[in-house]
Amino acid sequence: MSAVAFTVERWTPAARLTIAATVVLAVVAALAPLWLGPGAMDRLTILFVYVILAAMWNALAGYGGLVSVGQQVFFGLGAYFTIRLADAGIDPFVAMVAGAVIVGVIAVPLSFPMLQLRGGEFAIGMWVVAELAHLLVNLDPLIRGETGTSLIALNAYDAPMRRNLIYWLALVSVAGLLGGLFLLLRSRIGASIQAIRDSEEAAASLGVEVTRTKRLIFVLAAFGAALAGALWLATALTFQPKAYFSVQWTAYMIFMVLVGGIGTFEGAIIGAVIFFAIETWFGAAGVWYLVGLGAAALVFALLLPRGIWGSVERRTGLRLLPVGYRLVVGASPAAVRAAPLKETS
Amino acid sequence: MPADMPILAADGLHKRFGALVVLDGVSLAIARGEALGIVGPNGAGKTTLLSVLSGAQRADAGAIRFAGNDVTALAAPARCRRGLVRTHQIPQPFAGMTVFENAFVAAGQSGRPRGECYDRAVDALRLCGMLGIANRTADTLGLLDRKRLELARALATGPSLLLLDEIGGGLTDAEAGELVEVIRELLRRDISIVWIEHIVHVLLQVARRLICMDAGRIIADGEPKAVLANADVVAAYLGGVAA
Repeated sequence: MSAVAFTVERWTPAARLTIAATVVLAVVAALAPLWLGPGAMDRLTILFVYVILAAMWNALAGYGGLVSVGQQVFFGLGAYFTIRLADAGIDPFVAMVAGAVIVGVIAVPLSFPMLQLRGGEFAIGMWVVAELAHLLVNLDPLIRGETGTSLIALNAYDAPMRRNLIYWLALVSVAGLLGGLFLLLRSRIGASIQAIRDSEEAAASLGVEVTRTKRLIFVLAAFGAALAGALWLATALTFQPKAYFSVQWTAYMIFMVLVGGIGTFEGAIIGAVIFFAIETWFGAAGVWYLVGLGAAALVFALLLPRGIWGSVERRTGLRLLPVGYRLVVGASPAAVRAAPLKETS
Repeated sequence: MPADMPILAADGLHKRFGALVVLDGVSLAIARGEALGIVGPNGAGKTTLLSVLSGAQRADAGAIRFAGNDVTALAAPARCRRGLVRTHQIPQPFAGMTVFENAFVAAGQSGRPRGECYDRAVDALRLCGMLGIANRTADTLGLLDRKRLELARALATGPSLLLLDEIGGGLTDAEAGELVEVIRELLRRDISIVWIEHIVHVLLQVARRLICMDAGRIIADGEPKAVLANADVVAAYLGGVAA
């Protein structure tokens, strides 16, 4: 076939360093309960939930092109099924994971009608599904309408043990979901997902199974959001449907992803950390906190539409967690490594 | 499969959009290794024919056999994996991905080992003169490069029959000359070509057979010079001026 000498670069030294640093960070985080206070652990658990939410929405919208404003449906259902399973006598920690799995399974049939919808129809359609799920959950006598209920089964664990387990489950969840997503996006399926985002018609004519591929990312995003909902329930203990099926969750996801950089793996994580920091420092300011969030989103949309990491990437070509491919023709990889990964226009 | 069996045979294709009949009983056979040109006025149904052959749209009636198998019921991705691939008249690059990634997506659907897919993608880009810009994101490309990418991507799938929809529009003579060389190389590789093109003199450099369509029908089919001299073709397409 080709007479051209070439190599395809998928890693850079910076990326290897990032992966190594991430592994070290994960180990340190796993041991953190040895010295962290209860307050710090609760906050970190919440940060992990935010990272999951941002990464999952980014996978769906930023990579898959499926912009949804109804992801709270999976967040809420994850919490709901945890309550349900725990009420049936299942250990609450098992119930959290099993609840998320159930939501992932439900997402499969749900994807059949929803993925027929395009663009704005899909976005709003998902919101409608979320409202519908909210009403259905309210009908469950166990939930007692908007009064809600609590995950009382967690009382079987004493407080420090409970806190540690929730923290570790959140850590394992965020590490597993980010790692799995990274591998998925680096695989051929990941390239196909992005191709579908950019042109469904062209992707189909080049052999990409469009609907099947979209379904995969839809179900993964549903599972991730459900796990986040279950973890949130574990930290909050109370389940009031209104609080879980609120569109504000998706608004937060969108904020994190847009600020961090939509369609970049690093961006979603950075956006979650920024959101977490803003909430930590200004969350007590009530209405003004929300006004500030909205203003920040507006500023980013106008001045930095690619988000923080998207802009960094365009200017410097730096990739810490690369999912793409870089072709190096007829030269040693090191010689071309200094050049930006993607040229700017 | 016998050597004389056509690579593609379409029989009685009909397609209508509401009251508008776009394909009105189109039948044609394409021989292995053949280069077939299609001309005709705007709205004749040329692009729709390509869409129906590639599986992007379903025919209302009629059957399509490809490489000896009935593919009428197959959707576009499945037909592509069997080697029947089309390009789009308006290029549809994967704008957020690099040129190489565009070609790799196409090559990667074959399910072959990664290294082979890389080879195919690089080969397609080399042939289309895009290796030098392989790492540019597709949204930075001009129209000419978008058209080249459209061809390179289709090529990277490893087709045995390529359906080309006006890839020569807007090219300078020098660019058209390069394109002709690329098409000739494809023919040497035993890839069959169906090419819709309005720039007839470019088309005639490779096409050994020409079809003229009008109002959803094939009105002439045969040796290019004879087709262009055909009275119906002159009336419908060439506007009374013989080429």
